Amino acid sequence: MSRKRSAVRGGEAVAGWLFVAPVVVILGLFLLLPILMALWVSLTGWNGQGSPFRSGVPFVGTDNYASLLTEDGLPRQDFMTSIRNNLYYVLLVVPIQTALALGLALVVNQRMLKSKGFFRTAFYFPSVTSSVAISVVFLFIFANSGAVNALLGMVGIQGPVWFNDSRGLIHILLDTVGVNSPPRALVDHGMLSLTWWDWLAGPSVAMSAIIALVVWTTSGTFMLMFLAALQNVPQQVEEASLIDGANRWQRLRFVTIPMIKPTVFLVLTLGLISTWHVFDQIYVMSQGNPAKTTLTPAFLSYRTAFKDFEYGRGAAISFVLFLIIVVMTLLQRWILRERKS
Amino acid sequence: MIRKTVLAAMAAGAVLASAACGSGFDDDSADSAQQQSGPVSLQILIGSSGQAETTAVQEAAAKWASSSGNTATVTPAQDLTQQLGQAFAGDSPPDVFYVDAGRFADYASVGALEPYGDKISNSNDFYESLRTTFTYDGKLYCAPKDFSTLGLVVNTDLWSKAGLTEADVPTTWDQLTSVSQKIKASGTVPLALGDTRDRIGAFMVQAGGWITSADGKTATADTPENLQALQYVQGLLKNKYAEYPKAMDAGWAGEAFGKGKAAMTIEGNWIKGALKADFPNVKYTVHPLPAGPKGQGTLSFTTCWGIAAKSKNKDAAVKFVEAMTTAEQQLAYATAFGVMPSRQSAGAQFTQQFPTDKAFIDGVAYAQGPVNAPKMDSVLSDFDTGLQGLTSGDPKALLARVQKNTEAALGQ
Repeated sequence: MSRKRSAVRGGEAVAGWLFVAPVVVILGLFLLLPILMALWVSLTGWNGQGSPFRSGVPFVGTDNYASLLTEDGLPRQDFMTSIRNNLYYVLLVVPIQTALALGLALVVNQRMLKSKGFFRTAFYFPSVTSSVAISVVFLFIFANSGAVNALLGMVGIQGPVWFNDSRGLIHILLDTVGVNSPPRALVDHGMLSLTWWDWLAGPSVAMSAIIALVVWTTSGTFMLMFLAALQNVPQQVEEASLIDGANRWQRLRFVTIPMIKPTVFLVLTLGLISTWHVFDQIYVMSQGNPAKTTLTPAFLSYRTAFKDFEYGRGAAISFVLFLIIVVMTLLQRWILRERKS
Repeated sequence: MIRKTVLAAMAAGAVLASAACGSGFDDDSADSAQQQSGPVSLQILIGSSGQAETTAVQEAAAKWASSSGNTATVTPAQDLTQQLGQAFAGDSPPDVFYVDAGRFADYASVGALEPYGDKISNSNDFYESLRTTFTYDGKLYCAPKDFSTLGLVVNTDLWSKAGLTEADVPTTWDQLTSVSQKIKASGTVPLALGDTRDRIGAFMVQAGGWITSADGKTATADTPENLQALQYVQGLLKNKYAEYPKAMDAGWAGEAFGKGKAAMTIEGNWIKGALKADFPNVKYTVHPLPAGPKGQGTLSFTTCWGIAAKSKNKDAAVKFVEAMTTAEQQLAYATAFGVMPSRQSAGAQFTQQFPTDKAFIDGVAYAQGPVNAPKMDSVLSDFDTGLQGLTSGDPKALLARVQKNTEAALGQ
């Protein structure tokens, strides 16, 4: 009896492998293999002539990584600048877009709201529009004589030259409280090719415009996820909390958010990953300018490989970026873990 | 357990697949690229400035193809650098393609280009400064297609509005400062100046400096000459005698000039076509750039007809380039899309046909070509970043930084 069963199981295993074989082959060929090839390229000094798997392509070991991480020079300076820019970008985009998405979801989830369908469509619309098209529209909106500056002008503020303004927000803030020349201690010392003053610049005005764009486009997508989660929250739980005398804020804080925690985790993770490799907005809108303040690792990787012909270093940048994303996600998982009280 | 098996299977699949691909990746070395005989089909990739150029090159190629019995396909690139990079990596480069002077050394140093320059008949007829631009390790690699130089473009209406006459056109830095003062007093921005080395570099040449030595082997960024130039430009910016285009809400200086936001600009001969197309009512004249302490100076920009070292049709490709660079063909291009012929023998006829361009073509005598060394692009774009912040920056520190980075890139 038992032998017979194992034979049946064996057949199932073969059938199982047969069924997953197409996916295994496709993933291996188009995902795993290219990744391994890129890993090899990141260890060579390949100059883009012919195949990187020929004999004669110089193997340089970890030189490409060293030029990014340990050797003082232009490559490390550019890379660290891009890391700084992206860090501020992530720090602003992820919380704002998550909060905004949750807020929008709560609004359109209300039973009282009329014409829900209209609002849901309106909020979701930016997400289904091509990011290139939206980027171009934002270029016009944030132009010197564009809509944003016209609005600011109506209330008597002279708007900045958005995409030409490389001043960091923190620097501007310090300027308004009277710190208009950087303290010597911050300029003379630094870490990894950038001075502390540069690290503490904050996102530039140009980057802020891109941040506004990204928050606006992606919050619709995440609103949809929150909405799905909110509709799974049983009405009885909310009613129970009402009977317990919880006010609106307490209901949100202690009932709704804990119930949709897996979705919060999902949204934060997706947000983190997509913000760490932002590329198309940068490519369309600023190409890393002004003054490298919108340079991001993903764009730098592209530029290093295809414009400077340093394919090895370009690939190395993308692997360092990959590690950063993995570490950030693990860190976030650890922070949001279930705690035993 | 199951997970391990899956991983192992995937790894095995990957190894198999890579082995299968391996044969496809092997390539013949450049020398053994088999040459085809008989009628051939040439692939030509161009980085076109617009429809006018694409059409002109396509017509010229079709003419050559029908008279020589070959076929020639001209493809305009969306992004020439990237497409070429991918084509070289994939071992399928086009036979003939545009090579920008600023990129030339990158291609030549990795052996992507066929050094055919001296196979072109009468190659000494090309302007000396253009020949230097396309010479690497002592070999003339490719034939210059055409060239441009920078000139001082003056808006005649705004000029007379500021009470200035033809005689006031500045020929020195001091005069440039004094007319700027008058123009600014009349309420116009005096000079629209592009915020890159490709414009501000002209001042460095006028002061007797440049980023690298003539042979492209030594860094010469941190010199008193360059410092003098940057300090002068910084003065212009600080006094609002010059403004960067973005501050005037323009994509480039020519746009700001065309919109009448600035009375002067420093641009190349491409501004003619742009003004004709977008701002046909602007009246302007073109003059040589004002001379600096070390005399006249301008920058030249040029493109050459590169032939891939791995092309299978090199002979036909050289014949094609030969046909594209004759004096007559270059004059035809000049008429079609406003470039200047790279052959001296075409110069006189060009000046006759386009008398307003005299200042541009005369500039070739004292023009400096782009930096002729590989791996310099990121260094130079870092320099551009510094120039964008020149108004409040420290020119001395900027030059020291360029010097350090250039030395690293040149491997000194």
